[in-house]
Amino acid sequence: MRQRIPSGHMDASKRGWQYQLHIDAPLLFALIGVSILGLMVLYSAGGEDTGLIQRQLARLGLAFAGMFAIAQITPRVLQRLTPWVFVIGILLLLAVLVMGEVSGGAQRWLDLYIVRFQPSEMMKLAVPMMVAWYLADARLPPNRYELLAGGVIIVVPALMIAKQPDLGTSVLIASSGFFVLFLAGLQWRLLGFLTALAAAGTPLLWHFMHDYQRVRVITFLNPERDPLGSGYHIIQSKIAIGSGGLFGKGWLNGTQSQLDFLPERSTDFIFAVLGEEFGFIGILLLFAFYIFIVVRGILIATQAQDTFTRLLAGSLALTFFVYIIVNTGMVTGLLPVVGLPLPMISYGGTSIVTLMAGFGMLMSIHTHRKLLPT
Amino acid sequence: MLRQLTLKDHFLEYHLFSSRAIVMLLFCGLLLLVLFSRLLYLQVIEHEHFTTLSEDNRVKLRAIAPSRGLIFDRNGIILAENLPSYRLEITAEQVDDIPSTLAALEEIIHIREVDRNRFEKLLKRKPRFEAVPLRFHLSDEEVARFSVNRHRFPGVDIQAGLARHYPLGSLGVHALGYVGRIDEQALKTLDSSNYSGTTHAGKTGVEKSFENLLHGTVGLEHVETTAQGRVLRVLRRTPPVPGNNLYLTLDSRLQADVEKALIDYAGSAIALDPKTGDILAMASMPTYDPNPFVNGIEYADYTALREDEREPLFNRALRGQYPPGSTVKPFIGLAGLEQGITGYKSSTYCPGFYTLPGSSRKYRDWKRSGHGTVNLDDAIAQSCDVYFYDLALSMGIDRIHDFMQRFGFGKQTGIEIQGELAGLMPSPGWKRARRGEPWFPGETIITGIGQGFFLTTPLQLATATAALANRGMRIKPNIIQSEQLAGDSTLLVRERQRDEAIAMNNPAHWDAIIDAMVHVVHGERGTARRSGLDSPYRIAGKTGTAQVFGLKEEEEYDAEAIAEKLRDHALFIAFAPVDDPQIVVAVVVENGGSGAGVAAPIARAILDSYLLDKES
Repeated sequence: MRQRIPSGHMDASKRGWQYQLHIDAPLLFALIGVSILGLMVLYSAGGEDTGLIQRQLARLGLAFAGMFAIAQITPRVLQRLTPWVFVIGILLLLAVLVMGEVSGGAQRWLDLYIVRFQPSEMMKLAVPMMVAWYLADARLPPNRYELLAGGVIIVVPALMIAKQPDLGTSVLIASSGFFVLFLAGLQWRLLGFLTALAAAGTPLLWHFMHDYQRVRVITFLNPERDPLGSGYHIIQSKIAIGSGGLFGKGWLNGTQSQLDFLPERSTDFIFAVLGEEFGFIGILLLFAFYIFIVVRGILIATQAQDTFTRLLAGSLALTFFVYIIVNTGMVTGLLPVVGLPLPMISYGGTSIVTLMAGFGMLMSIHTHRKLLPT
Repeated sequence: MLRQLTLKDHFLEYHLFSSRAIVMLLFCGLLLLVLFSRLLYLQVIEHEHFTTLSEDNRVKLRAIAPSRGLIFDRNGIILAENLPSYRLEITAEQVDDIPSTLAALEEIIHIREVDRNRFEKLLKRKPRFEAVPLRFHLSDEEVARFSVNRHRFPGVDIQAGLARHYPLGSLGVHALGYVGRIDEQALKTLDSSNYSGTTHAGKTGVEKSFENLLHGTVGLEHVETTAQGRVLRVLRRTPPVPGNNLYLTLDSRLQADVEKALIDYAGSAIALDPKTGDILAMASMPTYDPNPFVNGIEYADYTALREDEREPLFNRALRGQYPPGSTVKPFIGLAGLEQGITGYKSSTYCPGFYTLPGSSRKYRDWKRSGHGTVNLDDAIAQSCDVYFYDLALSMGIDRIHDFMQRFGFGKQTGIEIQGELAGLMPSPGWKRARRGEPWFPGETIITGIGQGFFLTTPLQLATATAALANRGMRIKPNIIQSEQLAGDSTLLVRERQRDEAIAMNNPAHWDAIIDAMVHVVHGERGTARRSGLDSPYRIAGKTGTAQVFGLKEEEEYDAEAIAEKLRDHALFIAFAPVDDPQIVVAVVVENGGSGAGVAAPIARAILDSYLLDKES
């Protein structure tokens, strides 16, 4: 059997354990590093609640297991499954809109009797997969019709999710689809046109926004307007980060977080706890991991061997970056408050499972490559 | 053929992708640059600003109220003390539904209407997370009942504190006064930072007038709190300085005897030491118990006190203004001697009435049949009105006014209890200014017997009498004997103040007047001779019966026939022992009828209590 393989093609076993297990070690270690840092911050943010840490550990374990499982699936199979995943996702979103469960004022959940399930999570992966799938055989850069079709694939689920309403996820999904189009070679002229269109459409967007979303925008523009109401979160998180200084107040010593001044400190605003207790140095450490993960993801994309995997890998890596920048931008007061967690650090949510499934795909893409003769 | 056109150029696509990936990475880098600039701005440039804000969040200043100084009588008997007391407080932010919580609390703790109203008022203007008191002075039973049920009431707590208590109840209440909760009006006059932890302040009497000594200085605690206001630990503490203890000049035993002597009447009695001006007793009757006022008296009880016809809340000793009646005769007589208008021997015939020259209007003597021929000594001892009508008319109102003012009539005595009234020493100038009318000679005549516009307070009478007893040395009535700094056993004795002495051209005039006053009590025909019987010490005194309303010329005064409200006030001034005066007494009994019959026996009882029991 070996003789039949051309000299350039090597058996996976010969390429080391990473290829046998379909694991990308640098990515794995960086993810583990972020998780450990995250657990430390969460331990402090959660008021030293070991129960909370155990539940987060269980969730992380599940997420890592999911990542390993997905990494075993070959990109070929992923590609073949893509249209099905997307169609099922769209149907589930429809189901949510029709009969979904209302939780916290938004209709995002679907009760599947066993687990409550958020179809929008699934779409975070399904949308870039679907766009990449659609462009897989196209001659790039995509032509007008292909761009239009790609646009429809993105906009339909994004709007459905925005309607739930879940603006954060909607933006995230739209940008993950957009990244596929952009990486596929979306013409600059068209990009300029779309940007102008978006700018022009902003007042229209205001018109369609919910009251609470408008309040968030107004609050973002001027948090001091209502310091004890809507502006409270952002004012307190800025105080937490700013008072942390270069080196922080020390682990478990953040007064803003330990004395309850910082709201949602275990979830969306956990970045402020990091900033307060570990200071600028701690934030640098976290971003060292984050940047490494993003760059590693882009590298995997550039080494991918076909259009589908290349576009998908690139989009997943960039979407991860969007996650980071939207959350940290929100907590530092650069962006309006949108309910997005800090990836790998914030407590709870199903998003971590989705996120790790994405990394599983990256690993799969990287470790299922055929070695080409050089 | 279509297939042919769409053939992919993998090499080109790879380069396209790579360039796009680099663009995206650069874009990401740009975003990171913005984010890190922001972080540097927050964490380095504005670090101090946010540190300050964070400290402001975390550290709260908490005022610690000083404990109020205690009040004792001159012998160290406690008059005002601080007792441990439990109050029920509610932190509104920690209570879901206040009305239902109140309803549930009501089942185990008695909540009055006043409590509820005060609570609701305080609730509206309190800072976030600050507890608001609902009930004060919980009984031990209520504390126990609440403790058992505490789990049902999150946000409701019992706080221990000190509460003012007056162990002797109503005794001397008009001098001592009481404290009450600081209301919005009081807040304006008090130093808000020094009172930031204080709930009560003096409302009347010594408690109010010496508020600055009794209160002390507020302490401060820097405490670390959670966002919910829960205190975690004390970071720094400046202890409060307790208020000074005050020793009053009052003798609570004598005060009790004075109040007992006056128990059936509305009136006032003052006893003071003529040498020092120390007020030994200061009674205003009827009295009331100050203790319910400390934490808000029940509305119905307060209304009852206010609407009581006998006006228990009225401080007669300082604010009651009465015509002095015949008690002014020794002073008028002294004026006559001093000014050479009358002499020891010169006498006047008293037919029972007096008429102004050229007028037929009769000014009657209290004795219809007249006193016959009387000299100054007789006129004082028997209280002959006609003698003084004549003397007053000869002297003229201006000289009477100027002389009487030197004894303090018409002026505040300067006692350090707020609210004292000045009485009224009339003069033609005053009448013109206040009434726009000229002065009539008839008004001079009745001023000579302490009637007409002439008004004095009981305290004024007492200090004027002290000046007589001291033969011209004028003391300022004094209520504080000594002060005691917190945590220090030494007593700082207060300096006694004196007013300008009254000098006589001939000091023998003093003796003549004092002798006449002795004859009032011990003389054969003295008006108060019954009160002087069996007295082991010699008393100088003067009776007074002041008309409340004027009788017509020919009308007969019939005490039985007229309403009690219109009956004459009974007065008596005295000092004893005559040779070495140790006590001066002034008694005013409203509508008592007769100075000799009612006021003099009361004065005698006071003198006995002080001079006889003191030695035993």
